[in-house]
Amino acid sequence: MNYHTPETFEDAAAIAARAAGTTRFLAGGTDVLVQLRSDLVTPDDLIDIKHIPAAKAITRTGDGGWRIGAAVSGAEMTENAALCADWPGLVEGMDLIGSTQVQGRATLVGNLCNGSPAADGVPGLIAAGCTVTVIGPKGSREVAVEEIPAGPGKTSLAKGEVITGVTIPARGQHGGDAYLRFIPRTEMDIAVVGCAVNLRLDGDTVTEARVVLGAVAPTVRLVPEAGEAILGTTLEAAALDRLAEAASAACQPIDDKRGTIEFRTHVAGVLARRAAKIAHARAKGGTA
Amino acid sequence: MTKRIHVSTELNGDAVDFLCDPRETLLDCLRDHLGAMGAKEGCGTGDCGACSVTLDGRLVCSCLVLGVEAEGKQIGTVEGMADGESLHPLQRKFIEHAALQCGICTPGILVAAKNLLERNPDPSETEVRYWLAGNLCRCTGYDKIVRAVMDAATEMREAS
Amino acid sequence: MALDGPKTAYKYIGTTPDRPDGLDKVTGRARYGADINVPGMLHGAVVRSPHAHARILKIDATKALAMEGVKAVVTRADFPDGLDGEDWNLQENCMAGEKALYDGHAVAAVAATSPLIARDAAKAIVVDYEPLPHVTDVDAAMAEGAPVIRDGAADFSVPEGMHPNVVRYFESGRGELEKGFAEADLVIEKSFTTEAAHQGYIEPQACLGQMGADGRGEMWVTTQGHWFVRRMSAAILGTEATGLRVTPSEIGGGFGGKTTVFIEPLSLALSRKAGGKPVKMVMTRGEVLRATGPTASASMDVKMGITKDGRITAASGTFRMQGGAFPGAPVDVTTMLAFGNYDIEHVHQVGYDVLANRPKQAAYRAPGAPMAAFATESVLDELCRKLGLDPIDTRLKNAAREGTRATFGPKYGPIGLVETLEAAKAHANYHAPLGPNQGRGVASGYWMNHGGETSASVAISEDGTVTVSIGTPDIGGSRASMALMAAEAFGVAYENVRVNISDTGALGVNEPTHGSRATFASGLATIRAAEDCITKLCKRAADKWGIDAEAVTWEDGCAKPSGPNAGEFPPMPIAEIAAEMGETGGPISGHFEDTPAGFSGSFGTHVVDVEVDPETGRTTILRYLVVQDAGKAIHPAYVEGQFQGGAVQGIGWTLNEEYIYGQDGRLQNAGFLDYRVPVASDLPMIDTVIVEVPNPGHPYGVRGVGETGITPPLPAIANAVREATGKRITDLPLRPSRVLAAIRDKGD
Repeated sequence: MNYHTPETFEDAAAIAARAAGTTRFLAGGTDVLVQLRSDLVTPDDLIDIKHIPAAKAITRTGDGGWRIGAAVSGAEMTENAALCADWPGLVEGMDLIGSTQVQGRATLVGNLCNGSPAADGVPGLIAAGCTVTVIGPKGSREVAVEEIPAGPGKTSLAKGEVITGVTIPARGQHGGDAYLRFIPRTEMDIAVVGCAVNLRLDGDTVTEARVVLGAVAPTVRLVPEAGEAILGTTLEAAALDRLAEAASAACQPIDDKRGTIEFRTHVAGVLARRAAKIAHARAKGGTA
Repeated sequence: MTKRIHVSTELNGDAVDFLCDPRETLLDCLRDHLGAMGAKEGCGTGDCGACSVTLDGRLVCSCLVLGVEAEGKQIGTVEGMADGESLHPLQRKFIEHAALQCGICTPGILVAAKNLLERNPDPSETEVRYWLAGNLCRCTGYDKIVRAVMDAATEMREAS
Repeated sequence: MALDGPKTAYKYIGTTPDRPDGLDKVTGRARYGADINVPGMLHGAVVRSPHAHARILKIDATKALAMEGVKAVVTRADFPDGLDGEDWNLQENCMAGEKALYDGHAVAAVAATSPLIARDAAKAIVVDYEPLPHVTDVDAAMAEGAPVIRDGAADFSVPEGMHPNVVRYFESGRGELEKGFAEADLVIEKSFTTEAAHQGYIEPQACLGQMGADGRGEMWVTTQGHWFVRRMSAAILGTEATGLRVTPSEIGGGFGGKTTVFIEPLSLALSRKAGGKPVKMVMTRGEVLRATGPTASASMDVKMGITKDGRITAASGTFRMQGGAFPGAPVDVTTMLAFGNYDIEHVHQVGYDVLANRPKQAAYRAPGAPMAAFATESVLDELCRKLGLDPIDTRLKNAAREGTRATFGPKYGPIGLVETLEAAKAHANYHAPLGPNQGRGVASGYWMNHGGETSASVAISEDGTVTVSIGTPDIGGSRASMALMAAEAFGVAYENVRVNISDTGALGVNEPTHGSRATFASGLATIRAAEDCITKLCKRAADKWGIDAEAVTWEDGCAKPSGPNAGEFPPMPIAEIAAEMGETGGPISGHFEDTPAGFSGSFGTHVVDVEVDPETGRTTILRYLVVQDAGKAIHPAYVEGQFQGGAVQGIGWTLNEEYIYGQDGRLQNAGFLDYRVPVASDLPMIDTVIVEVPNPGHPYGVRGVGETGITPPLPAIANAVREATGKRITDLPLRPSRVLAAIRDKGD
């Protein structure tokens, strides 16, 4: 295994483009090292992007949004009070991944690139309408986060392409987001179901809504029908029922060691309802 | 065989160096190349916390860090907790409260708890429990561990 | 010296000093199984079957042996033939013969100059398999047409006509069942299942073995019993037991799982083949879960009858267990203890030990007892609920007490079940108000404990301090207990006692730290060895004073003249006798060897409050109380620790721990990510009450306390979930999907 420490994303992409065998980018390593250790994937070339200065930065964008570098750890995100105040749901999704120790290393972009349908960090990104910057042999492009996952363990990235960071839009007025996941224990598990909700309100009424589900389909899934179910409502009981139904209806889960189809489908509705209420309260200025 | 890489780093304040295969984890390097056996391998996948160390002050699982990544970093392990003959308050409280039975998880838990108290000198029981959720203990049921951490925190607050 | 019943007044017993090995364990200095490296050592790795059941056609190690740094490969061909009984089972489990019997079964091992080379070499060993039909479920394994795992494995006890996978049969009982059930006002019969749970010790198996062509060798190993490692390894390798000297490392948890061997004989075989170079072997967590013993899984039918006023009139149970591809599921214990809490006139138990394509089960804390308790204490709870009876009062009404003839035969001596029930009833937790979706559950449990072969020595140092040598590895603070008992016996300060765990060359044979025996048996041996030593100390004083040894007594660390004709001499302290021992007859030490029969069981009663999320089926433990009889708590903090740890392992087994096999018979959750042991944030504080009903079979009244604590949690939590949800769930674990399905099921 060759270990590389490029100092620019362009160099990182070039190394990957040239490489003949299996290539992995190393940021937090919380997936790559597990795969290495369990002999699932032993890369021929391992490209550590942590020596690239921009990869480690959290910055404000000109329009009041945020830019999270590809090697920023979960702990660095949760320690940024202004980011947490803007996007509590997005940050709590990241924060739920693994232990304190894992938070010291794991990254949002790594979580996205691992391609897991159960990725806790991803639903919040999609609900917020985030994009990622991809650099590759053909130059740079900005891609919606929901276009990256392509199936369990797969992404739409081409050979030699690397994500440099995530762009989060400006929070704007009267918005709120939330992420909930269901796991059997209180910590340390992979999501059995995840749900992110991002809302904007006019008074009590929902004017924008994005609902995203994790672990219930081959990829993290944006569910427009679920968002529509609460548009123009104040999350009264009937609206929440419609939301839960739409969320459950969007599920195409599998039976596996972590949960059953029936359980996932039901709990997707439960979490959508609960997350929507939290997002609503946050949009109203609450701290729930 | 892959060519071994030379890594210069700092372990508990001392400059050290070692040669490693790039596939070797920091935990492998600590134990097999630096003779620091305090960090333990319980799982190798970041699920048990027995290998907890700090890397530039950040709590991590050393099984999820490559040895080559330690270049130029500062590593903190359980071996660096005591100050000469005086134990860190957490170490004393763990003995006092019988917060260890077999003791294999203890080094990792001590490193994690120390890192918590450096960030949050007055944690609630719930905060202690969630901070330590990545440190499995199969012997104690965590009761006495949580009590020892809370008690050490109280003592450290009173002393400061 | 008079040896009356248990002592009652103590100076050291019952205090909670710092454990002697505490400093090493909080500073990272303590050396566990994997914490030793020696010059020139090799590293071993194991090739394991990816099939649940397969014939091994060919093993080709050519490529591996050609790799730089690879020194030896061993397969079953490197081990002797002709073993039988449990020795054959052990050998077959350590290294597969004609067939791989479960996913993870070892088929070859390799030694190389580095761990990475050994791993790469293991991957380069090519094994041709012919996959065979497999079965992993106990009921399926007994059914007609199930694949036969090993023909002829059944012993004489199995009735005609059973499937060949049924290898042992147990039946016991007394009275007239039908008459008993006829006397009942309510009879309930239910079927239950429990999944296999792993001991989950955080330290994987690890050893450093060295053996020459002469069959002599040394081993450093993490184990609960190094004499077991010696005997088993020698048997598997066909060498003499005394040729192997085994030194136990510090042990990072065992819970029964480290009372047998897996990689230890392989490291010795590799070493022998590699010219006697030491070979270090360390399991990965995946290997631990796939190939070392979890406990058995069970399928059970239990029927109990009760009168309106709460008297149990009759009970019967059928218990089927698979313990992997070898005989040994602890169903004998299950049948024995199923109804052992109660005084029941009409009772009957049947047990089946069944083979399946899973790893060979190993002991796990109170092996066999928790499954039985889950079934029987759930049925008793249901009877109480249906009749509106208080669960503690009903248990008190039926509780076994001194003189009760146990359902498994003998009469109980002094036991503490009634005391634990009364203490539980009096505890605030039993009266705390409950909110919506919350429920309280109660259950009792028992473990009979064990004596076992025990040998200990005590030696006096030149300054009068005391060295105790025992043969039971210290897993949870037992050195502190031994030091306290030695301090008490000698009347010297706790700090003046050092306790060493001896290697196999330094003491007679010792059974492992298992069966809740260490504090009882090694403790008893320590006290008796101290008394042997004290007799000699008194003799030295008597000689010096020129009086009869019988006229000297021992008190507070000093020899004293006693009796009317002893004369007037000032007390002679141990340090004074020790300082002169070279001139007065030589070194002074004491010994004790026995298989002590005076062990006595420990009862416990647990009270748990839970809250169940009605929309997701997730169970949260709100409060947890353990009340258990310790006989006499030597070091109460470590007694509490045993109670708490046992309860939490039981909580894990009840809520989320399970072996999950796919259709292909492969283990799907071979890691701590999906084998979900409880984490700190899952739990509340675990409240404890130590009850002390002294055991007359121990000088200080000790009962083992290690195992009982894992028995009540399974039914106690299921009973609490029953109250919180209105649903009786009869299958473990109570995973959220199962609980939610029960809640959403409109039936009862």
